[in-house]
Amino acid sequence: MTRIQQSRGAAASRILGIGSSQPERVVTNDELSTKMDTNDQWIRERVGIAERRFAGPDETVVSMGVEAGSKAIAASGLTPSDVDTVIVANCTNTVPMPNAAAQIAELVGARAAGGFDLNAACAGFCYGLASASDMVRAGSAERVLVIGSEKLTDIVDPLDRSTAIIFADAAGAAVVGPSDEPGIGPVAWGTAGDLAETIRMPNGRHIHQEGQSVFRWATTKIAPIALRAVELAGLTPADIDVLVPHQANLRIVEAIAKKLRQKGAREDMVVADDIVTSGNTSSASIPMAMDHMRAAGRVHSGDVALLIGFGAGLSYAGQVVICP
Amino acid sequence: MAEKPTEEQILAGLAEIVEEVAGVESDEVTADKSFVDDLDIDSLSMVEIAVQAEDRFEVKIPDAELANLKTVGDAVSYVAKNA
Repeated sequence: MTRIQQSRGAAASRILGIGSSQPERVVTNDELSTKMDTNDQWIRERVGIAERRFAGPDETVVSMGVEAGSKAIAASGLTPSDVDTVIVANCTNTVPMPNAAAQIAELVGARAAGGFDLNAACAGFCYGLASASDMVRAGSAERVLVIGSEKLTDIVDPLDRSTAIIFADAAGAAVVGPSDEPGIGPVAWGTAGDLAETIRMPNGRHIHQEGQSVFRWATTKIAPIALRAVELAGLTPADIDVLVPHQANLRIVEAIAKKLRQKGAREDMVVADDIVTSGNTSSASIPMAMDHMRAAGRVHSGDVALLIGFGAGLSYAGQVVICP
Repeated sequence: MAEKPTEEQILAGLAEIVEEVAGVESDEVTADKSFVDDLDIDSLSMVEIAVQAEDRFEVKIPDAELANLKTVGDAVSYVAKNA
């Protein structure tokens, strides 16, 4: 009988390197206050954002993804041709085709790499990371470039103060490769499709969210998912050095951290607060926060980080990783 | 809670929750006060207060209902009726 041969993968996977990219233009709360009925204090109190970056016409999902991806490849000590697969988490590309992954693979120099886009909104990076890790362990890929790249300003009504103050543009990336010791834990993921209507694009052009409903969900349902990721990794909350929740809203980040500390996470656990200067950049926020914290010396190689993404769908995914 | 709480117990419990969530002194939290206008509580803090009140009083306070709870007294009545 004919038998199909199966591929064999690595014993384990890990993140080899991280990179990020932001547009040039910094947009302050004061600038937004000139366009709509809001002010610096109101924005800081509600969402914790002081400033964010908006992309210009030449700064795109692809261009930001290329820059973040190239930096991640360099940080990994690899050359672009070492990358054999590219996953781009994205929910803001305004055209469904061509996808971003094929263009980014070509432009970073990972010519002919396998590539696809993945949409799990703000949870997209964690979905991509889990997929990459499993590919490396299953043998369908050896080194995977995982990118979250988003140009939210393309789908935000610039005069809607409930969204225009929150969302921004950026890309973050990680290279996942083989490892002797596990560097990426099992993923805890899922969806809450019964709440699909709470973050949507009702006119097909602009994002709308039910702020209170999303806030309630994020502050009550996400910490237990994060704890499940810790459990799946065979660890306890006290083992976590760094907490990197999706940078949705500083109050959500703080609520998740508080709940984890009630369950044994340490007081000195570093908590990502990149939203303060970067805004909510959807799938880019987690890898970019890790990159910024590494650059600032707040996170070190070998630290145990708990990642938890959550957003439209509603979708969520989290895992424990060892920082590269 | 085995027995239904009295309105006094609900008010005292809500005052503790409001103090914890929003940093408002609990003796400021009286039935006639408006959450938004008098106590300066924003829409997201209202969600946090509702979530804690749900746990404490074993009651459901849906987001759609939150908009109707303008004053502390409104919240006390709602909890008393639905707990």
